Amino acid sequence: MTKQSPPDTLRLVVDLNRCQNYGQCVYAAPTVFRFHGEESLEYDYAPGEAARREVERAAAACPVQAIALGAANEPSPLSAGSDR
Amino acid sequence: MRADRTVVVGASLAGLRAAEALRDEGFTGELTLIGDEPHEPYDRPPLSKAVLSGWLPADHTTLPRLRDIDAHWLLGTAATGLDVPGRQVVLADGRRIRYDRLLIATGTRARPWPEQAGGGLRGVHVLRGREDAERLRAALLAGPHRVLVIGAGFTGGEVASSCRDLGLAVTVTQRGAAPLASALGGVVGRAAADWYRDAGVDLRLNTTVRTLEGDSHGRLRRAVLSDGSTVEAEVAVVATGAVANTGWLAGSGLAVDDHGVTCDATCRVLTPDGAVVPEVFAAGDIARWPHPRYPGQLLRLDHWDNAVRQARTAAHNMAHGGHRVHQPLPAFWSNQFGVNCKSVGLPAIADQVVITQGTLAQRRFVAAYGRDGRLVAAVAVNSPRVLGGYAALIEAGAPFPPVLNAPDGPPQPTAVDAEFPRRSTAATAAATAATAATAATATAQRRPVMTAHP
Repeated sequence: MTKQSPPDTLRLVVDLNRCQNYGQCVYAAPTVFRFHGEESLEYDYAPGEAARREVERAAAACPVQAIALGAANEPSPLSAGSDR
Repeated sequence: MRADRTVVVGASLAGLRAAEALRDEGFTGELTLIGDEPHEPYDRPPLSKAVLSGWLPADHTTLPRLRDIDAHWLLGTAATGLDVPGRQVVLADGRRIRYDRLLIATGTRARPWPEQAGGGLRGVHVLRGREDAERLRAALLAGPHRVLVIGAGFTGGEVASSCRDLGLAVTVTQRGAAPLASALGGVVGRAAADWYRDAGVDLRLNTTVRTLEGDSHGRLRRAVLSDGSTVEAEVAVVATGAVANTGWLAGSGLAVDDHGVTCDATCRVLTPDGAVVPEVFAAGDIARWPHPRYPGQLLRLDHWDNAVRQARTAAHNMAHGGHRVHQPLPAFWSNQFGVNCKSVGLPAIADQVVITQGTLAQRRFVAAYGRDGRLVAAVAVNSPRVLGGYAALIEAGAPFPPVLNAPDGPPQPTAVDAEFPRRSTAATAAATAATAATAATATAQRRPVMTAHP
């Protein structure tokens, strides 16, 4: 049985200490990452499932591997029943 | 391996990453996360930038969960007390949560503006959490004629920068002689003053706000400054540093005050007389500890990077009864006025600084910081790729000024006084912290808070 990923749970974070502004993510996923000014990387932590392919490409392309994607399969803490 | 009940109080960056690290370390017992905000853990750095400028909705800052943690989540539930002998966390709703092992990760909050000086007026904001950002964003969208930012630390600069992006008139007051001076010193601070002014900010240095005044409806109208002048503004953002969320630990017998909770280098919390409190740990913005690299003082780092790394160290020691020492090379970043600023090491302990690459005027430079002839920190402005090399030199205890022969370096690098505000006593250090902003957090107070070892 394959693990099921719940819908709309694409999440990411960039370690901006590690980031060196190569900008590969901006090319790979321009709807998710952008440079504000020349040097300030901004990104959407929760861009929606439709962006998953490009976000995965961006994470793979990052020369310093600064992009981490969510990998949890359990329900979000705010979904019903998590507060047992 | 221990398999019993672990409770993490604080469900932000440090708390979440600690919970994940506990499972990574093989902890199989019961895990509970307690957080006072009714949100999944979210990231604070974008609040003062992408959220404020409107590019990113505040609810698009939720942190990814990096693995399953099989935890009980108690969100929107503040911890209000700690019973150390009974090993129980007391919640605001009266519940008591038993623990065998506890991690304190409740972080810091923005230092509020005093009530008697107008802190209760509508239009006076701080920026720390998601709701703060949403409220401030709404206030900025209402089109104030001018925004007053109190404090030119990192948060103050980021907020002022976002306001200018929105086309709003901005006045920034700064107690010291330059922005960022307590974190980066006067030499780099003067360069930062140019970033402010070139962006069109009305920057008032060596100036504090005496009081905020409102109209008959309790709405902010103006600020009276220390030089007697007034600034008409409908929105004020108080960015005068952070205080630790230690109120719930009052009377617990732990070594706590507004500066944080004191622990040893392995993240174990101490009593005021320095004894280890069994099975109580701390991590993130709230923790003050003796970093082996910086003897004779307690360090607190309000840095994103520190929250993640201290969480991992604490989790390791919690899961295994280990004694791993938390001794990271401090690191942080800030983006403001189109400038990317990154730091490694601890600039604030330096006595001298030298520009080793680029020039201040180009807004592309590296400043190397030295103390007693050793390299202790480097700040890279719009030059993020070189910092790894400096970090290695700092860790190796390289001499200062460093001999780099960088092709983009000045012909004759000259070390000068780094111009940090005088550090005399712990009290002054705490007072000057009020000029800095917040990391882990909106923004984080990147200035390390150092006080004498008790």
